[in-house]
Amino acid sequence: MNTYQGQTLSWKLQEGVIDLALHRSPCNEIGLPTLHELEEFAAALPNLQASAHALVLHSTLNTGFCAGADLRELYRGSQELGREAALRGVRDFLERIHRVLNTLDAAPLTTIAAVHGVTFGGGFELALVCDLIIADKMARFCFPELRLGLIPGFGGIPRLKRDLGNSVVRDLLLTGRSFNATKAQQIGLVSQVVGEGEALRVARATAAQIGKFDRNTSATAKKFIKPIPHQELQQEIDLFCELFSRPAVEAGLQKFMESTDALPYLP
Amino acid sequence: MPTADQTLDEILTLAATHFKVPREKLTPDDDFFKTLGIDSLQALELLTRLEHHFRVELPDYELQGVSDFRTLASRIQARL
Repeated sequence: MNTYQGQTLSWKLQEGVIDLALHRSPCNEIGLPTLHELEEFAAALPNLQASAHALVLHSTLNTGFCAGADLRELYRGSQELGREAALRGVRDFLERIHRVLNTLDAAPLTTIAAVHGVTFGGGFELALVCDLIIADKMARFCFPELRLGLIPGFGGIPRLKRDLGNSVVRDLLLTGRSFNATKAQQIGLVSQVVGEGEALRVARATAAQIGKFDRNTSATAKKFIKPIPHQELQQEIDLFCELFSRPAVEAGLQKFMESTDALPYLP
Repeated sequence: MPTADQTLDEILTLAATHFKVPREKLTPDDDFFKTLGIDSLQALELLTRLEHHFRVELPDYELQGVSDFRTLASRIQARL
């Protein structure tokens, strides 16, 4: 399936580059609908990558790349199902999204996230899966999970540890502060910072450049330098579930639900 | 280094330009959420623009509860 148009995302294969676009309003919150379509994409990837050397992941929404997990869905689930069933549901969700993200992380093609605006929580984690991050100068990154009494659950900590110094990871995680694209480049997270509205164009130009190299050599280099931290990823799921079972999380989610702010996950 | 008044004036000019509000309508003690008619997402955008303009880092928690231009300017001035 070289093209797909879904409710939350779409993809197309063009000139050796897979264009994977997120488009779930208001800011690509990742809940079950997005997870399902990401799984569809992961299932299609073996066929797609036979004809592709690169993947560009981006958002078509003005609000940003992705605001992270769909907390409203998470809260509704925890209310409707009861604590034990909700916890099982959360673990199942995490296991599933980790499988998808690990597939993207290890894909034998070069993956590029073109990000702008809000790149928070699970959205940040989605970008971290990619080999390169190209950021619009107005992009903003944040791990706000501790405000809810949680840690990032989509592989954020192990992947940050893989890519950055531990002190930077602690700053991001323990303060919950957001930072801009320039700072993200300074700490080694972002490979290029570009002008407003230019991230996708530059990501596509970068994908075209990557296409000049032998695909197998690129895949071999990637496999050598970018190991998947499987053990820590599993530990993260366990820790997340342990924290999720505490009453403080439900209170945090309820506060989020009751906020009248347009985008209450913002700092 | 700009003076506190210069910093405040630059913030007002930047906000007026970006959010298309007449500069003369903005005063230092205005609540910028109300005067500019912005939500938290746009406030985040303003924060990013200010960081770029003044080449400073402004952690979100430094701005918690800040909604007027004068206090915003003082937070920036403290990092110049």
